[in-house]
Amino acid sequence: MSEHIVPRSTYYLVFGALIVLTAVTVAAANFDFGPMNDVVAMTIAVTKMMLVLLFFMHVRYSSRLIWVIVASMFFWLIILLLLTLTDYASRDWFGANVGGIMSR
Amino acid sequence: MSTHAEAIEHGHGPEAAHEALAHHFDNMEQQREAGALGMWVFIAQEVMFFGGLFLAYLVYRMQYPRAFMAASNHLDWKIGTFNTAVLIASSLTMALAVWATQVGRSRKVQVGFMAATVLLGLVFLGVKAFEYHDKYVDGLIPIAGWFNPHDPIPAGVTTGQYQMFFWLYFAMTGLHALHMIIGVGIIAPIMWMAWRGRFSPEYHGPVENFGLYWHFVDIIWIFLFPLLYLLGAHFKGGH
Repeated sequence: MSEHIVPRSTYYLVFGALIVLTAVTVAAANFDFGPMNDVVAMTIAVTKMMLVLLFFMHVRYSSRLIWVIVASMFFWLIILLLLTLTDYASRDWFGANVGGIMSR
Repeated sequence: MSTHAEAIEHGHGPEAAHEALAHHFDNMEQQREAGALGMWVFIAQEVMFFGGLFLAYLVYRMQYPRAFMAASNHLDWKIGTFNTAVLIASSLTMALAVWATQVGRSRKVQVGFMAATVLLGLVFLGVKAFEYHDKYVDGLIPIAGWFNPHDPIPAGVTTGQYQMFFWLYFAMTGLHALHMIIGVGIIAPIMWMAWRGRFSPEYHGPVENFGLYWHFVDIIWIFLFPLLYLLGAHFKGGH
């Protein structure tokens, strides 16, 4: 498998999109979407991350072996975040606040 | 003759092997792909490294949402936006540096793009230092005995909760800045190699793998920027 060379025009387009999305996230921060504030901000951030990953970091053109590494990276990060949150989210379920850290 | 026989044994064929080919690889393509794979494993490890801090942020943010919004107002979103643009531009110049080696542009073009990347990285770090100094002046260094916010803290928010935001701010942006400082240290010898004409369409692994590192650092900032700077723009209780 020979190396794929990404044309410069793709890099310029990705750069433009990243700058526009930065402006969009700043603009969006001035509106209060209530509980959706973070969803909006993180959706834009994830979109920017995907652009950097796929094009600047060539993941789109990389071997499947590298896709496995990238996928496992997200898999372990989600375990770290989600499994910890299940603990914090469920501490008050049975009345007693076992950990104490969530008490106010 | 023995070198020749050895070359055949290792599958290089009778033609001369590239001078940069390490003896444990069959060919340049395999060497490049193995290097990139190793870099990706390192980046996966780095994601876990930063992941712990993002987790700490998530846990404390959920508990003290108002404190985080109010404290976030102390960060200047204009400076943060500027630095985000600077870092994205440095990612572009780095991608172009990799491109220049892939298509065999002259060493001046290669070094030029890398120098632009370093320059933009230094601009980012300079702005960061300026911001850190601002926090120092405002009494927002989250060390026991030092933390003494000069502006009033909004009602319903404790000093400790406020301090936690700044602890995370310094830990996360500090670790990020450290990665950039290390990055500038790593690209220096790569620029020297480029200046010596070492890189070509056949061999540019160091440039490519450094590019992966630099873009990874960019991605971390893409998340830090909204999480730290943009929480309180619509929050009226701040200053």
